[in-house]
Amino acid sequence: MTELLKVRDLRTNFYTYRGVVKALNGVDLTIDTEEFFGLAGETGCGKSVTALSIMRLIEEPGKIEGGKIIFNGRDLLKLSEDEMRRIRGKEISMIFQEPKTALNPVFKVNFQIAEAISEAYNLKTKEAVKKVEGVLKDVEMADPSKVAEQYPHELSGGMAQRVLIGMTLSAKPKLLIADEPTSSLDVSIQAQIMKLMNDLVKKLKISVLLITHDLGLIAENCNRVAIMYAGNVVECGDVRTIFKKPAHPYTIGLLAALDMSKERGNLLTIEGIVPDLVNPPPGCRFHPRCPSVMKICSVEKPRTLEISSGHSVACFLYDNGRRLDDG
Amino acid sequence: MVGISDLRSNFKRWKMEHKSQIEDLQYSLHLWRRSPLSIVGSILVLSIIITAIFVPYIAPYDPIEQDIKKRLGPPSWDHPFGMDNLGRDILSRVIYGTRVTLMIALIVTAIGGSIGTLLGVVAGFLGGRVDEVLMRITDMFLAFPRLILALAFAAALGPSLNNMMIAIAIVDWPIYARLARGQALSIKREDYIEAARGIGASKWRIMFLHILPVCSSPIIVQLTLHMGTVILTAAALGFIGLGAQPPTPEWGVMVSDGRPYIMNQWWVSTFPGLAIMIAVLGFNLLGDGIRDILDPKLRR
Amino acid sequence: MMDDAILSVENIKKYFPVQGGLLLRVIGYVKAVDDVSFDIKNGEIFGIAGESGCGKTTLGRTILRLIEPTSGKIYFKGKNILDLKGRELQEIRRDMQIVFQDPYSSLHPRKMVADIVGEPLIVHEKAKKSEIRGRLVELMKLVGLSEEHLYRFPHEFSGGQRQRIAIARALVLNPKFLVLDEPTSALDVSVQAKILNLLWELKENLELTYLFVTHDLAVMEHISDRIAIMYLGKIVEIGAKRNIFSSPLHPYTEALLSAIPIPDPELKKERIILRGEVPSPYNPPMGCRFSSRCPNATEKCIEQEPELAEFRPDHFVACHEYN
Repeated sequence: MTELLKVRDLRTNFYTYRGVVKALNGVDLTIDTEEFFGLAGETGCGKSVTALSIMRLIEEPGKIEGGKIIFNGRDLLKLSEDEMRRIRGKEISMIFQEPKTALNPVFKVNFQIAEAISEAYNLKTKEAVKKVEGVLKDVEMADPSKVAEQYPHELSGGMAQRVLIGMTLSAKPKLLIADEPTSSLDVSIQAQIMKLMNDLVKKLKISVLLITHDLGLIAENCNRVAIMYAGNVVECGDVRTIFKKPAHPYTIGLLAALDMSKERGNLLTIEGIVPDLVNPPPGCRFHPRCPSVMKICSVEKPRTLEISSGHSVACFLYDNGRRLDDG
Repeated sequence: MVGISDLRSNFKRWKMEHKSQIEDLQYSLHLWRRSPLSIVGSILVLSIIITAIFVPYIAPYDPIEQDIKKRLGPPSWDHPFGMDNLGRDILSRVIYGTRVTLMIALIVTAIGGSIGTLLGVVAGFLGGRVDEVLMRITDMFLAFPRLILALAFAAALGPSLNNMMIAIAIVDWPIYARLARGQALSIKREDYIEAARGIGASKWRIMFLHILPVCSSPIIVQLTLHMGTVILTAAALGFIGLGAQPPTPEWGVMVSDGRPYIMNQWWVSTFPGLAIMIAVLGFNLLGDGIRDILDPKLRR
Repeated sequence: MMDDAILSVENIKKYFPVQGGLLLRVIGYVKAVDDVSFDIKNGEIFGIAGESGCGKTTLGRTILRLIEPTSGKIYFKGKNILDLKGRELQEIRRDMQIVFQDPYSSLHPRKMVADIVGEPLIVHEKAKKSEIRGRLVELMKLVGLSEEHLYRFPHEFSGGQRQRIAIARALVLNPKFLVLDEPTSALDVSVQAKILNLLWELKENLELTYLFVTHDLAVMEHISDRIAIMYLGKIVEIGAKRNIFSSPLHPYTEALLSAIPIPDPELKKERIILRGEVPSPYNPPMGCRFSSRCPNATEKCIEQEPELAEFRPDHFVACHEYN
């Protein structure tokens, strides 16, 4: 396992009428090869913006302000658009939440998959078409020859997502970014798709960056996870540690809120609401809602500390691997 | 006696209650400022409106007074737009014409727009037979070329300014009906309309207090954009003699009056024609600007 | 019908006709709700769980007569509400209200919150705006918002806040019965917890009865007293929460329970992964609707539809394995 993607201090802003939305406030991430990495957080935390920034798909009124995105030794932010295009879709691929809208409605499935294959392998479309059924079989599509002749609107959500997975993986990317790939699917279909992704990842030896708000999905599929809040990664580590021994007060609050075994009316909640990113709180962006807030939290942005092997947290409660208060 | 502190707290309350609406207005203003074309359009339309209001103070001469000795006089310092075939000052007639034109545009749009919108919302929401009937009626109207139909109605009613306005309104209402119906159809399945039914609101309440406000944006845009067409239609009918009757200074009639003299005394038709062009351009640009401001996808 | 039942649904069917061919004749039906019966006790939270297309949303709206059922009976406090018309029907709306799933489309985008929440009062009591301000402020506080929020527009609020506004609107006429159609599915985890707490508090303090529809079984396990599982328009299992979750009977229930992702990496789950796609409610399979995906399907299952029958006390299941 070596380092595949290293994001350091990524900052992205959106310039809107209401003001500058400071969406990413210095995001740090490291993904190794053959890793199933989860990026979790609630609405507005910046996980999708992070993915789009990595792919350099941020457009007006957004702008990547600074930082480094090192992929296979090269800083993606320093590449020209042409060089980036060679990486996008070939070495780093992305699939999105609504599979049916990602497919072109006027072309049949076989044409779209063939197009992806011919792009990836520089083949003529006629050659590529021969491989289409193979791809559909690889994504465990029932009745591949029938599906190949169908149009996107004739497919169910789950089938469409399989087609997209097939298309993106046919290029054999090193990193697959999946942004809420199963949120719009039923739970039973979700299980099928996640199993498929797991199988393919093992077979093709690629890395996956799974972006989702569903911590259950992360617990079941990922080996490491980063938790995001209001534009920062607040905690990162292997899944077992994060779920069993969460360090950051936000992670603790989030996991506690998920505990449905509590008595009715007594679910644990996090005080307050998500901050306005045009005027974010000074210092640590979580401090207005933190049950363990200290004076320094409203003044300085916390640095990321490694508190045990592979487990890092951005919180002033931790110093030299120890928790400062009694908590 | 109302003290100062009462006034202050009342004002504070008013500010709190209207804060959102004021902010919305400020945002609309911001969007307007960013679009140079809508600013141009607004200025043109505003100029026309102001001219129409202050007509007696702006027009240098009486529009009907004739001075036959000066007939067909070219543009000069005294008469910047020249004189027409009956010795009337064209500048004054064009200025007085703004009132006529504006009145036509507003009345036709108001009548056609309100009838069309109401019928369209009712048909779209109620569906079934009502919708079928309305659709077939609008089909009948829309099957004819608009100008021909307006001409037919105007001729049937008899040549006069009022009859012309009625004729154009009759021809225009189906446009608004179709538009409103489409809007009603797409909105009526929305959750917030279901919610209104859930609380027991009557069909009429839903149509006029829930659906209509949401339809209003595209309809206002259409109304503004359409003003230009109404002005042109009125001018066309005036040109043929079915609209305003002499000596009313309507721009279309004025263009028609200048027809025999177009070769040598070009100013008789040209200046009223320019006025028509500016008015139509102004309303079109304003309509485009309003559409961009009201477009929910461009907002927020 | 149970004695303490506030709502009793009997053989409710909702079929949507499908037109086709040149003459647009009716060529078939989408059987969204196909012969559903159950009772809801006064004061309980009755859950309906199932995936998309199972008919739970249609069922919720049909109970409120937002959609008219094709056949069947709905008894509310003893009266068949399908017999009601005009003024009487409007009166019933005071008692039965709904909170929709999508907080982004259930509030009128052009109206101020005060108008949205106050409208039921204007419709039913012909009250004037000045008279109802007090009541509106009270409601805002009840759902955790403040007076100044009354004068804002829906787009200025977050999802959780909008849902609170929707709840306030549902409560303004003091209803007895609330249909909650996926009220927290569109919300973030931490917000969901707050809304669920709020819903419980309101139920206890205002003595309400809830019909809670959701696909999220973790939430279902937390909030409900009794649960019905729906599949393709039919109820396949009904029982007390404890029983459904600890000893599910129907194979679909088992699969559904095993499919929930659990935020605990140590729990290695025996995942039952169902093969195939969810069939559509148009032309459902003959016999048992679930037979095409059921791991235990037999000949009988494909030919004959199983009846919903009581297998254990107060625990009903529709499956040939148990009949």
